[in-house]
Amino acid sequence: MSGFLSQLLNGLQYGLLLFLIASGLTLIFGVLGIINLAHGSLFMIGAYLAFLVTKATGSLWFALPVGIGAGLVIGAVLERVLFRYFYDREHLDQVLVTFALILIFEEMRSLVVGNDFYSVPVPAALDFSIPITAGFSYAAYRFFVIGACLVLAAALITWIERTNMGAVIRAAAEKPEMVDILGLDARRVHLTVFAVGTALAVTAGGLAAPLTSVYPNMGDGMLIISFVVVVIGGLGSVSGAFFAALLIGLIDTLGKAYGQAFAGSGLGNIIAACASMAVYILMVIVLLFRPAGLFGRRA
Amino acid sequence: MISSQTAPLIETKNLHTYYDDSHILRGVSIVLKPGETLGLMGRNGMGKTTLIRTIMGLVRPRSGTVHVGGRDMTREAAFRIAQQGISYVPEGRGIFASLSVRENLAISGRAGIDGATTWTLPLILELFPRLAERLANRGDQLSGGEQQMLAIGRALMSNPRVLILDEATEGLAPLIRDEIWKTVRLVRDAGIATLLVDKTVSEVTAIADRVVILVKGEVAFEGSPAALKADPAILHRHLGV
Repeated sequence: MSGFLSQLLNGLQYGLLLFLIASGLTLIFGVLGIINLAHGSLFMIGAYLAFLVTKATGSLWFALPVGIGAGLVIGAVLERVLFRYFYDREHLDQVLVTFALILIFEEMRSLVVGNDFYSVPVPAALDFSIPITAGFSYAAYRFFVIGACLVLAAALITWIERTNMGAVIRAAAEKPEMVDILGLDARRVHLTVFAVGTALAVTAGGLAAPLTSVYPNMGDGMLIISFVVVVIGGLGSVSGAFFAALLIGLIDTLGKAYGQAFAGSGLGNIIAACASMAVYILMVIVLLFRPAGLFGRRA
Repeated sequence: MISSQTAPLIETKNLHTYYDDSHILRGVSIVLKPGETLGLMGRNGMGKTTLIRTIMGLVRPRSGTVHVGGRDMTREAAFRIAQQGISYVPEGRGIFASLSVRENLAISGRAGIDGATTWTLPLILELFPRLAERLANRGDQLSGGEQQMLAIGRALMSNPRVLILDEATEGLAPLIRDEIWKTVRLVRDAGIATLLVDKTVSEVTAIADRVVILVKGEVAFEGSPAALKADPAILHRHLGV
């Protein structure tokens, strides 16, 4: 029972981290029309940044705000000097330029930090476990990650769903030309969306660093699973991405934790294999029957 | 030097616009003066919407110029042209389906280029009481007529100098059409210049100060509604009535 609760919390925490990455991916795709393959690299940059700042200052508490600020700056610079010139280009050009960014970012990481694995210490204030039941306690830092992600998710969804700027962002994702016709400067929207989306991915990397350690190409897996979230949530839908991320986080974590229990017999092996790729099976089913996503409204 | 008070709000000179190799506009020159209502007529495919899209900067003309309030805006971005006080309600209305009625209206709310703040949310809701009942509804939950009201209301929220309506009454029930025409008159009486594209000859000739008929991308007729009505041959040849 306590094992299950632990997996449930792990799944929740993983899903919420996924949301931070997938929400930026889906926003940037929805508003700018660009599939940013380098979005996973931004997560990697966030983790390495957290490692470097923590090493220099001795605490992750400095690294997290630095990550948010650096993410906003990196996103704004990328939009202004690079992505702006690719909105009207073909998808192939866009994919190639974002793929090139992955290679550039990984090479830079290799030059600056090298190719070793590093661990990032949990902040001393959170380096303990909270007892939940008699025989089970859960790491305080993981609760902190859950809380931080929930705060960021609430802020993001409020911004998108409840403010005037958010309405313009949704409008731009739906009918970009009409936003121009109404006299609204879409370039400001593009810059803001790219900067915020980037900052979310970088922040996710910083939050995840003490949990996963820091290693080369660590963004690749996150990118792929984030695409699954975006597809299931509905392209361009932030609230859809939220529910999809939680769903994927839980299914993936529980599937991997309990699927192996079936292994042994022939049928059991198949169940175990299906459990470990459950999220991809779910994605295929969604693509077949609800191509707009489980939570997407647009056809 | 023409003062901004008397300069035409929209003036196109010898516009030539292409879609790929198709030569759509063939030297179109039109003028819309302050406070004027100009009816733009012609059969389908004669270039009416292309002319509007060229004025709005959504399509680049190959040659010719577009001046707005005396300023050359020919190569400007669409949003800058709109910010000059040009509100365009496209055919199909362009309602944001995922935004509420209130958001659709609020998104374009601003003072006019002359600082005017005449058109506000309460005034728009007074003009279209049906929208007041549906403020929380999403754009795609409205009927066609309600969407048209919303599109016009949203256009007015920016306190424009010019309202461009492209087929605003097409496909609507007669009662709703009457309401749209009533609004067009109210907009005219408020002093907003209007460029009106519509196929209802009787209504356009009743409201417009001047009428321009486009045929195959050229101005085939320009004159008063009275002159148009006095020449049934033109009506028959160019509009099929």
